[in-house]
Amino acid sequence: MKKSVQNLTVISNKQLNRDHVLLELKSDIPLEGIVPGQFANILVDHSTHVFLRRPFSIYRVDYKCNSISILIKQVGEGTKCLSKCQTGDHLSVIFPLGKGYSLPEKNSRLLLVGGGVGVAPLMLLADILKQEAHQVEILLGARSSDDLIELDIYAKFGNVHTTTEDGSHGIRGYVTDHPLFGSDLISFDKVYCCGPDPMMKAVARLARQNRVSCEVSLENTMACGYGVCLCCVTDTTEGHRCVCTEGPVFDIKQLKWQN
Amino acid sequence: MAELTIDIAGLKFKNPVMTASGTFGYGTEFDDFIDVNSLGGFVVKGTTFKPRQGNAYPRMAETPSGMLNAVGLQNGGVKYFVDHIYPRLLKYNTRIFVNVSGSTVEEYVSCSEQINELDHISGIELNISCPNVKEGGMAFGTSCPAAEAVVSAVRKVYDKTLMVKLSPNVTDISEIAKAVESSGADCISLINTILAMAIHAESRKPVLSTITGGLSGPAIKPIALRMVWQVYNSVKVPVIGMGGIMNATDAIEFFLAGASVIQVGTANFIDPMVTPQIIEGINDYLERHNFKSIHDIIGNLQL
Repeated sequence: MKKSVQNLTVISNKQLNRDHVLLELKSDIPLEGIVPGQFANILVDHSTHVFLRRPFSIYRVDYKCNSISILIKQVGEGTKCLSKCQTGDHLSVIFPLGKGYSLPEKNSRLLLVGGGVGVAPLMLLADILKQEAHQVEILLGARSSDDLIELDIYAKFGNVHTTTEDGSHGIRGYVTDHPLFGSDLISFDKVYCCGPDPMMKAVARLARQNRVSCEVSLENTMACGYGVCLCCVTDTTEGHRCVCTEGPVFDIKQLKWQN
Repeated sequence: MAELTIDIAGLKFKNPVMTASGTFGYGTEFDDFIDVNSLGGFVVKGTTFKPRQGNAYPRMAETPSGMLNAVGLQNGGVKYFVDHIYPRLLKYNTRIFVNVSGSTVEEYVSCSEQINELDHISGIELNISCPNVKEGGMAFGTSCPAAEAVVSAVRKVYDKTLMVKLSPNVTDISEIAKAVESSGADCISLINTILAMAIHAESRKPVLSTITGGLSGPAIKPIALRMVWQVYNSVKVPVIGMGGIMNATDAIEFFLAGASVIQVGTANFIDPMVTPQIIEGINDYLERHNFKSIHDIIGNLQL
């Protein structure tokens, strides 16, 4: 679907845990073909401290209801303000932006790895992969069990595995400490990853060592979201490339991540 | 409809609203959002003689009512522009300027010579004010002899409209403006970004990879207005005003300060559809105040 600036209506705001909310936003224009990994750039308000839009992965798309959902973790002023939106409020949203995950060939065995709020684009991806009858393993990492969100919904799309740093849910440690990253890793056709940079770099390193193809979704700070400010660049094999237009999803072969 | 067309240095603009270099890509990035031909014109991003990778990430910091950038003139070089970008611009029916920058006078000249061959480009905006490159850029725009040297050298090889973009990072902007005018500039655009800095308190580190960067957005509008007014009162050539214009009212303020044309910059990042609204808002203002033409408000500051 062509990108545009739309005035979306908040149709629900669900508090998922102490610092995460899920906003569902309805469009008047028919939604079509949003790719997992694409994002939306949302105008928060015109306060002096929240000047630029805030980018968020598209978490879910409901084509029947003509709505998109956005997972928001309250971190700074912008996200705190957005998380207070009420049903009926309107938000200026530019979407869908960027290049999403590339979908695999038929009957693939796939590993989805998410950490923290980086799980957001994996929900839509898991949904679509399930519809296409792939075999999907979903590994979600968090600090603690409280930070794991909507596991029951992920479970509809694949086998869910978890790791927590405090051991309160699943395996204690990081996602890369999970047995899925052991000898079983080579059985996967592809790894899809989104999360904090150190996590993605660790996942990419193991994928590369095991010659498993891997795509990661980057989250650099940006001003525009459509390739004109040139602020969100990442270092690729072809030089600096905008995360907002050439990404946010990159094949790890494109990135200059060493080791 | 009020009369919005305006002539600048012999060039007719369909309206006085342009977009600023570095905030509008090569125009095509906005095709999904607006009819680019509705603009008076646009300035494509900074072009240098040789390709430039630009600065390392992070290049941007959000600040109160504005932002810092330290892109560092990332571009494919003038040859890439001529071969790959220029053909895509032929579809547009509006004034297109190429922002030209360099590290040496020779680079400015070589780049301008190649732009001179392009029929569909109305003019050059000579960037002697980029704060984000180690050599050249702003150094040419902060001393009168350096500004004279680069402007007169480019004037010798460039036949069409020569707009010179000034840096606000100077003690007396009117002196630089006069030097640029006497060296052959057809018009003067200002202001480029203001050299500034952001610090992350928790990590005790600068936010930008380059430590300092250029501040833009509404935070700089009062400074830009003051400088446009000073330059308007110091030179005879037309002034193109910019700096934090977010809406039609901001634009009107620049016309009153003496700008004949305005450029919209950072606002494009927040609302890519803002420029048609600004054009409409300028018309509404003129009609509401019973002005027949944009000419009626240029420099019409009531003192």
